[in-house]
Amino acid sequence: MSRRIEESFAKAKAEGRGAFVAYLTIGYPTLAKSEAAADALVAGGVDVLELGVPFSDPFADGGVIRAAAYEALRQGVTIDDVIALAGRLRAKHPATGLVLFTYYNLVFSKGLESFAEAAAAAGIDAVLAVDLPLEEREELLSVLRPKGIGYIPLIAPNTPLERVADSANGLENSFLYIITVKGTTGERKELPPDLLGRLDAIRAVSPLPVAAGFGISTRAQAEAVSAHADGFIVGSALVKRLGAEDELKGGLLP
Amino acid sequence: MNTHYGRFGGQYVAETLMAPLKELEAAYESAGNDPAFRREFEEILRDYVGRESPITYARRLSDHLGGARIILKREDLNHTGAHKVNNTVGQALLARRMGKRRLIAETGAGMHGVATATVAALFGMPCEVYMGAIDVERQSPNVERMKMLGAKVHAVTEGSATLKDAMNEALRDWVTNCDDTFYVIGTVAGPAPYPQMVRDFQSVIGVEARRQCLEKYGRLPDQAIACVGGGSNAMGLFAGFIDDPSVRLVGVEAGGKGLASGEHAASINGGRIGVLHGSKTMLLQTADGNVIDTYSVSAGLDYPGVGPEHCHLHDTGRAEYSVINDDEAVAAFDALCRFEGIIPALESSHALAEAIKRAPSLPKDALLLVNLSGRGDKDMENVMRYKAGAKKAD
Repeated sequence: MSRRIEESFAKAKAEGRGAFVAYLTIGYPTLAKSEAAADALVAGGVDVLELGVPFSDPFADGGVIRAAAYEALRQGVTIDDVIALAGRLRAKHPATGLVLFTYYNLVFSKGLESFAEAAAAAGIDAVLAVDLPLEEREELLSVLRPKGIGYIPLIAPNTPLERVADSANGLENSFLYIITVKGTTGERKELPPDLLGRLDAIRAVSPLPVAAGFGISTRAQAEAVSAHADGFIVGSALVKRLGAEDELKGGLLP
Repeated sequence: MNTHYGRFGGQYVAETLMAPLKELEAAYESAGNDPAFRREFEEILRDYVGRESPITYARRLSDHLGGARIILKREDLNHTGAHKVNNTVGQALLARRMGKRRLIAETGAGMHGVATATVAALFGMPCEVYMGAIDVERQSPNVERMKMLGAKVHAVTEGSATLKDAMNEALRDWVTNCDDTFYVIGTVAGPAPYPQMVRDFQSVIGVEARRQCLEKYGRLPDQAIACVGGGSNAMGLFAGFIDDPSVRLVGVEAGGKGLASGEHAASINGGRIGVLHGSKTMLLQTADGNVIDTYSVSAGLDYPGVGPEHCHLHDTGRAEYSVINDDEAVAAFDALCRFEGIIPALESSHALAEAIKRAPSLPKDALLLVNLSGRGDKDMENVMRYKAGAKKAD
């Protein structure tokens, strides 16, 4: 099993900062621009890249990521394209953690065995399936495990702490993705007031690093979260800027 | 509680929805053990919905076909004009019991939206309904009805702008507002416990129809036939006969312009196993696993998945699933209007068309029980438009 995700978080910790996890909808605005953006993110200090696979029915996503997914689909981008892109990124960036971020039907439909094989060959470190909770995940985990691919569980604001521990149980080379607010993905002006306390409580029961996402778009928010978590995740804010063709000039976070 | 049906079903949802689903499961189990809940449910079905609904022998139509007798289960006579209200009464009672103050729903043809708006008014709860923009246009009378009843209707313009997209948007609302909001799903799809819960609330159809057949004809029907989009009226009918091996259970999917055309909504006959909206189901999807835009003249059947229990009944062979195309459904619609003085919903016309196909080759004493799941007032404009288009194509 690769250790890149574990190592990414350890490296950030050693440097006294939270790990920077960045999400991109692959294929938006184009496949080539996604690759260039991923390169820029790594050059800018991102530790883990989440490669979002566009899906026709993104029911967990807010407007920005949905619009990006529809545009990528219009250009015909498929899960195979995303896996192929992961392979190219792996060759260029040997230390960066690569997470395939997807709706479950896309991997299930491909055939779990053949998906796991392709993902392993591309150097993907872990998979996150938005709609695959604890109750249903074993089917996927059973094909990822033999290939040494990790799994990233989501933790919601209403996930009981006992369930947090169960969700982390048996996973390696992973982190807990803490959803900061009830709702869909997207930027928020303010993070919920009880978030930092919640992060402390989750960290106390989690054997895995803890990273917070949904709604984080500024350096100030990232720093606030990093004081109580091992990392932070930025998605919609980056996707929006790529659509505006600013190509991440002027730094990754405002 | 049963969450899987063979290879199908489950709870494929975002983590934020797991707590509300567990809360719903617990509430549904406790309601099931509470005779007072059952009593109130049955009282509302009787005094407000107008149950029981009769079965009607379609004599002139059957004589015309010259074979089996066609019997209609008259869900079109329910208050609001379709079977949908059986389920919304049950779910609204459950919402109230759970202390949820707000109802949301997705709707295709608008019948489930109307039925949800109706019970929301009855219970004094605010209600918001998500409906694909294309459906808003082709089922405008139902949009007006929902508004009249005090519901807010959101036209969903994303994706194919039909039922699946309305369901996506309803899920986004629920994930954001799950603390005080109850999501009233209109069919036997979605994550557990919805498929079982909706089936249970709709089982009144089959339970009544079984007793009525025995009373009136002294025997069970040979076949029980119902249309299948998500499949709630069919599951409700089948529930009454599932333990009667002599009764053939027939689900009818929407063939649109024909299976070969690719423009249809026949998930079991034309799809393969996938995951959408919380459950494993037979799904109309591309080779890459994206969901295909479906098509049917009938908005209520225009859905790319189907209830997981139907998929399982298909696997085990207990039920069979056939396909009726637009033209056959519209012809059946006409036939029922002219022969029986009943204007059926286009959805139900699919089930009727299957019975019309089967009846002539069966003996005169055979009984075909068709679930007439809704009335067709909402479809008038649609049928006229379809016929005008068909004429032009000729």
